[in-house]
Amino acid sequence: MPEKSKISRTTEFVRGAKDTIPMMVGAAPFGTIFGAIAIGAGLTPSAVIGFSVFVFAGSAQFIAAKLFADGLGIALIIFTTFVVNLRHALYSASLGPYMKDFSQKWMLPLAFWLTDETYAVVINNYPTDAPYKRWYHLGSSVSMYVNWQLWTVIGLVAGSQLEGIAELGLDFALVVTFIGIVVPLLTTRPMLLSAVVAGVVSILARDIPNNGGLMVAAILGIATGVIAESLSPKPQPLEIPLDSMESDA
Amino acid sequence: MTQNELFLIVGMMLVTFLPRYVPMLIIGRVDLPERLFRALRYVPVAVLTAILVPEAFVRDGQFTLALDNAYLYASIASVIIAWRFNNLLLTIGGGLLFFFAWRLLLG
Repeated sequence: MPEKSKISRTTEFVRGAKDTIPMMVGAAPFGTIFGAIAIGAGLTPSAVIGFSVFVFAGSAQFIAAKLFADGLGIALIIFTTFVVNLRHALYSASLGPYMKDFSQKWMLPLAFWLTDETYAVVINNYPTDAPYKRWYHLGSSVSMYVNWQLWTVIGLVAGSQLEGIAELGLDFALVVTFIGIVVPLLTTRPMLLSAVVAGVVSILARDIPNNGGLMVAAILGIATGVIAESLSPKPQPLEIPLDSMESDA
Repeated sequence: MTQNELFLIVGMMLVTFLPRYVPMLIIGRVDLPERLFRALRYVPVAVLTAILVPEAFVRDGQFTLALDNAYLYASIASVIIAWRFNNLLLTIGGGLLFFFAWRLLLG
């Protein structure tokens, strides 16, 4: 933190952005791959950009692009997005106590820009005695947002220039990204059981129309985790697994 | 942009924004059950696993362990990298490299 007398809204905004740089580097390949996959999935360029500008949720955008390519109905894609994004509710709830005095002018945009990364950055700043915390939060949010737009466009251009990029197997990027997110979260037995049940059911239930198997598998996986946790002899810590969370938009 | 895409974007915008906004808005005014918070912790693991496992094991609608299924073997390699190094970028880079190498050799 800079010297107290030199701290201003601007310096706190910049500090928030600076603390977010590693996250921006991490989001770059996702943005690129999203742009390329979405174009490969048959979305129009304006829709690809529209996703990043108006939705701004990395994994949900990936999934939507993939499900769209599979010809899934709009309502089901939206529902799947909702489920995938539910974890943001956890971040939002956790930030709530710090933000309860914020006007809607602040709360609405900061909520729209809430990602795994910005949450991870600002949740460490809010408990400190640094001034202008909302400006720090804004700096992190805006830098993640601009970064995501930039890499989406780069991926879009690369995806439309390179012939047959959709057949290259770039969709494996989604699989490996999710593996990189999920594996570090499997630190407790209930988490592991939750993943095993979700995985096994997702294969057994794959013939349910409209990717219904995904929902069945996810719900059974969540239920398994909750039940296993309640049966577990030592209580599980109720914390948000931060450092290993998804690299979202 | 087609009309379908427009509906999709507007719908996704709403269902993405609401979970980001509503909890911070109501927190402090309403006591949410702790059980709900506990269940939410399993959402990323369960949902992402349910998406990625069929991608690895099911190709063209068929469950397959065949060696030419690069998705499966690269997934296994990625799990090992993720477990060993706990580094997202390394997992993605290593996993993709393994995937393309496997495809080149066995695909």
